[in-house]
Amino acid sequence: MSSIWPVLPVLLPLIGGILALFTRVGGLNWQRAVNLTMTVALVVLTVKTLMVAGNSGHEVYLLGNWLAPFGIVLVLDQLSALLLLVTAVLALFALLYAISQDTDRQGEHFHVLYQIQLFGLNGAFLTGDLFNLFVFFEVLLLASYGLLLHGGGRLRTKGGLHYVVINLVGSSLFLFAVGTLYGVLGTLNIADMADKMATVSPADQGIVAAAAMLLLVVFGIKAAMFPLYLWLPGAYAHTSAAVAALFAIMTKVGLYAIVRVHGTLFGEQAGALAGLHLDVVLWLGMLTLLLGAFGVFAARGLKEQAAFLVLASVATLLIGIGINQAQALSASLYYLLHSTLMGAAFFLMADLIARGRGSYADRLRSAPPMSQAILLGSLYLVAAISITGMPPLSGFFGKVLLLDAALGHPLQVWIFSAILLGSLLMMIAMARSGSTLFYQVNTDTHNDGQTQKSSALAVVVALLLISPLMVISAGPLTALTQQAAAQYVDRDGYINAVLQQPAVTRE
Amino acid sequence: MEWLVAIVIGVMTASGVYLVLRARTFPLVLGLTLLSYAVNVFLFSMGRLQVGQAAIISPEASGYTDPLPQALVLTAIVIAFGMTAFLIVLALKARSELGNDHVDGMSYVAEEQAPKSKADQT
Repeated sequence: MSSIWPVLPVLLPLIGGILALFTRVGGLNWQRAVNLTMTVALVVLTVKTLMVAGNSGHEVYLLGNWLAPFGIVLVLDQLSALLLLVTAVLALFALLYAISQDTDRQGEHFHVLYQIQLFGLNGAFLTGDLFNLFVFFEVLLLASYGLLLHGGGRLRTKGGLHYVVINLVGSSLFLFAVGTLYGVLGTLNIADMADKMATVSPADQGIVAAAAMLLLVVFGIKAAMFPLYLWLPGAYAHTSAAVAALFAIMTKVGLYAIVRVHGTLFGEQAGALAGLHLDVVLWLGMLTLLLGAFGVFAARGLKEQAAFLVLASVATLLIGIGINQAQALSASLYYLLHSTLMGAAFFLMADLIARGRGSYADRLRSAPPMSQAILLGSLYLVAAISITGMPPLSGFFGKVLLLDAALGHPLQVWIFSAILLGSLLMMIAMARSGSTLFYQVNTDTHNDGQTQKSSALAVVVALLLISPLMVISAGPLTALTQQAAAQYVDRDGYINAVLQQPAVTRE
Repeated sequence: MEWLVAIVIGVMTASGVYLVLRARTFPLVLGLTLLSYAVNVFLFSMGRLQVGQAAIISPEASGYTDPLPQALVLTAIVIAFGMTAFLIVLALKARSELGNDHVDGMSYVAEEQAPKSKADQT
């Protein structure tokens, strides 16, 4: 029996986007109501899909009732269900912040683009077909172009242009890779490709490896992997805070694609080609981590710093993927939940500080004291501790789990040095910017910043509270991520579930 | 026929890559368009090149060509078309906001940042 659950999280935001488009005649408040209702409904739905995925292996939906290798399939397992949930939760917080700061008044169609963005993200997490993944990538990218440029401004246009161009080049490379793989394997269904990987003739193995590396470049652009991360700081630092917060999940789509496509295609069943991406991902992850930490040091503004912190968290996750064990994957999933939500919280908090400092904005210079400095300073302290991975908050927990999984890996010395050195550098940089922002105040001029809106403050506080909550509920959470990792490592289970899914018959 | 198609794809890709690396937005748009043309022909040829064969099953057909790449190319063309249209509008917006068509839009942004740094020193 074909399950309905994998298709609902894709349909809901699509309907939401269309509704938001039509309620435009009713004014902005109607659009806000539609977007908020749909996002809350999506959170509820993704909690339900996570429970469904936990109870029954892989849920497969055959689009148009075409059998697996011929039609397109949507596959729900615990890995994709977890990512759906974190996307929905993040979207809810970012939306509340956007509404409380009137970000959506700065231009047209914010709410429509927002729902279509969620449509593309959810589709990319659920699809089991390589070409369909390309289509959902394009959907989420096109919506993200609109959101990134929302509100306008010179620096935003410049950062947006770079972002659009590099992603268009990435799309072309994606199609080259997809075409090559189809030419050799004769299929685009990920499970079917994985199944056929062992039968690739030795003469064709080089071509498949080249296509796989081309795909890694594409996903590396999305995930901001060294040396393809240069677009990220410019694009993220200059867009509006709510959009930057939502984009904390965008880099994770690239990571998820590496795990889903490369991890499934080049598992143990692939014979000579098994695990060909792992070393590259591991080494580039370590390099990206150190460069991200240097970027945090060199950044001139708090938002730029937040962008480099997102980059460092992606790099840590790349290391987790490169280690390639169920335990490392479970640790990476925990760290992914933490880093996505905390990266977003850091962007929102940087925006609060920039508003409080008025004309000095988020630049790391000595400025007149802002109002509510003690409250904002406490928020900064919590966010910085959490995101650099110091005890007692969730970042520390995630990094300990990851380092624990790295024990016994042939490159464990390198992995330990990279992660610990990166954390140390980020810690020093965060301490320095904190003291610049809150201690080195000059009282020569008057502060021309705004007083904070209590609704915006409440959103940031609530988002930051998730970090201690993740520590308190670490037991059940890690049990969940371990279950998801165990299910993912069982690649035969995935392949069989997809290929043996029977079509629905009319009774 | 294969070598002719291969050369066409290669030349278009090479020209596309060269144009994408230019510093101004108009050659960049042309380069991305050429790249998408190259990838469309490439995708098409991945179903193996056939002449005069049917794509849909029929009793009279003597042989078949692979219909899937044709469907893929159709999707790719539509997406590339939409993206190019968006990019042209964005390039025009960048031209009017940054005051030049340089991809980095350097001079204008540098001017904008100058008065801010003066304010910092006070």
